[in-house]
Amino acid sequence: MYSEKVMDHFTNPRNVGEIPDADGVGQVGNPVCGDIMKIYIKVKDNIIEDIKFKTFGCGAAIATSSMVTELVKGKTLEEAMQVSNKQVAEALDGLPPQKMHCSNLAADALHAAIQDYLSKKKKEDKQVN
Amino acid sequence: MTRRVYFDHSATTPVHPEVVEEMCRFLKDNFGNPTSLHYFGQKARKAVEEAREKVAAAIGANPAEIVFTSGGTEADNMAIHGVAYTNRNRGNHIITSAVEHHAVLNTVKALGKQGFTVTILPVDQYGMVSVEDVAAAITDKTILITIMHANNEVGTIMPIAEIGRLARERGILFHTDAVQSFGKIPVNVDELNVDLLTISGHKIYGPKGIGALYIRKGTRWRQTLFHGGAQERLRRAGTENTPGIIGLGKAVELAMANMEQEAAYLTRLRDRLIREVTEKIDHVRLTGHPTKRLPNHASFCFEFIEGESMLLSLDLQGIAASSGSACTSGSLEPSHVLLAMGIPHEVAHGSIRITLGRDNTEEDIDYFLEVMPPIVERLRAMSPLDQETEFALSDRCNGCRISHTCRA
Repeated sequence: MYSEKVMDHFTNPRNVGEIPDADGVGQVGNPVCGDIMKIYIKVKDNIIEDIKFKTFGCGAAIATSSMVTELVKGKTLEEAMQVSNKQVAEALDGLPPQKMHCSNLAADALHAAIQDYLSKKKKEDKQVN
Repeated sequence: MTRRVYFDHSATTPVHPEVVEEMCRFLKDNFGNPTSLHYFGQKARKAVEEAREKVAAAIGANPAEIVFTSGGTEADNMAIHGVAYTNRNRGNHIITSAVEHHAVLNTVKALGKQGFTVTILPVDQYGMVSVEDVAAAITDKTILITIMHANNEVGTIMPIAEIGRLARERGILFHTDAVQSFGKIPVNVDELNVDLLTISGHKIYGPKGIGALYIRKGTRWRQTLFHGGAQERLRRAGTENTPGIIGLGKAVELAMANMEQEAAYLTRLRDRLIREVTEKIDHVRLTGHPTKRLPNHASFCFEFIEGESMLLSLDLQGIAASSGSACTSGSLEPSHVLLAMGIPHEVAHGSIRITLGRDNTEEDIDYFLEVMPPIVERLRAMSPLDQETEFALSDRCNGCRISHTCRA
């Protein structure tokens, strides 16, 4: 059912954990629906320097979370915002059709983390000015 | 090489070698059509009738009351449709429970769109239907009560004899889906007070694609599903699945011979499994009734993690189990059975069902108990949920990004 890449990321997920002093945190999904993804980012000079995730969900949910962290680590925020759920699924050599809409929320979680970072930064900039 | 342990006997059982042997004879040599009058046909007919006698004897019925079907789903459909349409002039009300197999639940729901009124009874925290609730639901329009004998997901055994007594007193036909209980605990149609009863071959070490429906003599029922030949005394058209029927007969014979001894053995394994899983792992809920449960059935919800992830992890270690989590069912909703028992969505997502069989050993239980705690620990370390956040989040769905399907 799952590609070898999905199983690889499920078995050996990259970047699992939390960043206690994260610059941005994004969370999507809901445990009621069966998937919840939380992404933490650390940003330096507009680049995602570090990224971690925590996921409650199926094998596909864990694999997509892991893959998105790999795809954007070291990228600029603009580049990271361009990453879509479809690209994450493609990077995993595809997901079963029934998993596409429910498990592949990883890019949404990443975008939420970036938005969180940007809104915090905006507030900080206002305070400085 | 990975050790292989099969813990999914409620999904299906391995076919018993003696069943295979018996079936092969009818696939290779005794190929006749049981409807044919010649030598070959008569030989097949004799074998089919012998199988019918074995099935009937196992449930305390008369052979003429047994109709062979393509499995449990067809038998359930046949029972419910047959009673509903035959008795439509007497009433249009059907009673069932919220924890039935989809073969029953979806059939009565379909009838609900065709002018029938359906009452779906709730269950208690153990998945048990109350006799009082059945009594309260009966109206002068009630023509059928259909309640399963034992639940396939949590193993709870229902008070079928009492419900049957009630149905009989009120003159209402009563069907039970005994697919999970038959072969594991005693099933007798008179003791259970049922008019119709469903069994399936592949849950008792027989082949897939064969089942049977018991229809008590004199029951107001006529066939509605298939139109065709006069097979099965005009109750089920279509050439008999002769090898399947032979296989079912042999499986029934073996199940009856071994049931008592096997139930005692599996109960011992099951009780140890339940005791040690709940001792070794925290935040685990046993689902189903603590004592009124099938001898081979242990089911749990592991909090803060999701069922499919556990199943995949177990499979990587060679252990086959099952889950009522949404991700294994192709829908986003977790098991309707667990939700009906009042288990919160996020907990129901973390369900695992272990169903034991005659080939399982103490060593298999040892292996599971060795493998499962690290799997739970690993997945929990990855989960953003914990005791504090889970219940705070469960009350709302504002942040849900899949609102087109989420019905929380």
